[in-house]
Amino acid sequence: MARIRQLLRRLSGMAVSLLGLSVLIFVISRVLPGNPARMALGAMASEEQVAELAAEMGLDQPLPVQYVEYMRRLFVGDLGRSLQTKNAVAYDLLTKFPATLELITLAFTFMVVFGIPLGIVAAKHHGGVLDNATRLFAFSTVSVPSFFIGIVFQLVFGYFLNWFPITGRLSSAHSGEVVRTTGFMLVDTLLSGSIAAHVDAWTHILLPALALSFSGMGQVIRITRSSMIDIEGQDYIEAMHGYGLPTWLVTDKYTLKNAFVPTLTILGLQYAWLLSGAFIIEIVYSWPGLAKYGVQSVLTSDVNAVVGVTMLVGVVFVVVNFVVDLLTSYIDPRIGLAGESA
Amino acid sequence: MSIETLSFDTSRLDGIVSPARRELWYRSYRRFANQPMSVVGLMIVVAIALLAVFAPYIAPYPEQVGSFTDFANAYQPPSLNHPFGTDSAGRDILTRVIFGYRIALLLVAVVLGLGVPVGVMLGLVAGYAGGWVDTIIMRITDTFLALPPLVLALAIASAFEPTLEIAMFAIASLWWTWYARLARGLAGSLSDEEYVQAAELAGASTTHILFRELLPNCLSPLLVKATLDAGIVVLTGASLSFIGLGVQPPRPGLGTMVANGTQYLPAEWWISIFPGFAIFVLVMGFNMLGDGLRDLFDVEVEQ
Repeated sequence: MARIRQLLRRLSGMAVSLLGLSVLIFVISRVLPGNPARMALGAMASEEQVAELAAEMGLDQPLPVQYVEYMRRLFVGDLGRSLQTKNAVAYDLLTKFPATLELITLAFTFMVVFGIPLGIVAAKHHGGVLDNATRLFAFSTVSVPSFFIGIVFQLVFGYFLNWFPITGRLSSAHSGEVVRTTGFMLVDTLLSGSIAAHVDAWTHILLPALALSFSGMGQVIRITRSSMIDIEGQDYIEAMHGYGLPTWLVTDKYTLKNAFVPTLTILGLQYAWLLSGAFIIEIVYSWPGLAKYGVQSVLTSDVNAVVGVTMLVGVVFVVVNFVVDLLTSYIDPRIGLAGESA
Repeated sequence: MSIETLSFDTSRLDGIVSPARRELWYRSYRRFANQPMSVVGLMIVVAIALLAVFAPYIAPYPEQVGSFTDFANAYQPPSLNHPFGTDSAGRDILTRVIFGYRIALLLVAVVLGLGVPVGVMLGLVAGYAGGWVDTIIMRITDTFLALPPLVLALAIASAFEPTLEIAMFAIASLWWTWYARLARGLAGSLSDEEYVQAAELAGASTTHILFRELLPNCLSPLLVKATLDAGIVVLTGASLSFIGLGVQPPRPGLGTMVANGTQYLPAEWWISIFPGFAIFVLVMGFNMLGDGLRDLFDVEVEQ
């Protein structure tokens, strides 16, 4: 019963966060002194044109009226039209989001596959040369601007070694063969039965995903390392070593499992943070996803699209936080759901 | 024992306390100096700060910073005359990088100079007052934290014409949240401490408790957090500029220079690579220094 009550309280907390988010985004889009209609049309447009577009977008109404209208539309999923693509923003988001999701999911996989083993190696050689080398690497990954690492990869693996294409999701030679079903290129190419296109899609996604994974890898390495060292020092682990259990068994069965809880929390949050990193990487690699769409709407002052993208990113963040809370409290029942003292 | 003897005793303590404190400082210094990474970090940050402050005297071609053109010298690869090469307008890239550091550090100073005091104040008030004041302040903070700073800054910047000042304003307007949360946690945990209760019993005002009792005890975690944050602020600012929403040409923003150079890849790689590497070095310096300070003060701050 207590669990369910906790869950309900956390759910209502999430609802409040989402409401706060909607207010924040409304304030940014309507209350800040810029005139969205003027920004969209540019300095050359006449006053009449600006007034007409403002009326069409409902910007001539008093703010409270605008807010009620904005909330009503949010609830029915109507985000208005994009001034730039002329499509409904909701439609644009739906078509662009899979490309971004595919990219951040692969980047996340790289982060886990490289980050956790490196953290474990560092912890095992605690204080040694390997530990320091890993530490330096971890520092570099959090310090490097993602656009810089993206460009370096393009230069080295694209231009100089010529191993991978530099931009886009698929070579134009294959674009006729692929039917869009899921929006995930790696899946769609398989469904269309074209192995060549599938391989081509892999060569396109590898570089941006690797570049994107760098931003969070350092965090994953460091948290894995420190929680491993922390658990290694616990009495019950020392006791098992004392009983003469083989080291690999102790590490495998006891240390890793317990060290995983803090790592899991960081991993969950990093998954959401990759969405932020994608805003840069998609520009560098001309990746036709949500983030590139978002940046273009910001640059062209396409208010409805900016609101839609910001809202979607915010919702993903709030939901991921919620899921991470649930998972950690499931793995380690001693941890109460966030906001509670267990 | 009379009061006079007591006060006599405290004055004699001075001679004993002061060397002990000196010993403490000395030990902290030894601990810091024993971590090569943090010393390197400190050296990087100090060196770059000096470069930025004395840029007009250090940079080899200070007249080439802004809208200078010398097309005869455009696209020069790195050489002794131009260690980082020249860009499409024939400007010396090393000079522009040195001046770019000025903008990057100015951004850090403005964002943290506004964000830290505002956030700390709100957090201390929330943590000490509790109740509905706490709820309201922390709800607003949580809402801001529901979006990554880069995306939020993008959204704010989209409402204005893009300039460095707008980028600064956009980043500063959301950076207080992290400090509000940190200070609130600290104030909440410290307000049960005996010295705070003693001050309350002695009839100290709320302002006195907040600023004279709580604040000094929050300083070391705040310093660590601010140092680590300085790097993230540099990265956020550079990213905004890279996208085209921050520093506008011909001003020498580091991110702006990288973005401009991408059109000349791969042949004239130095136009993008050196400014990008310059950002990396500065951020690395802040991170190594912050990490050293964290070990020194032995505090945990969430990143």
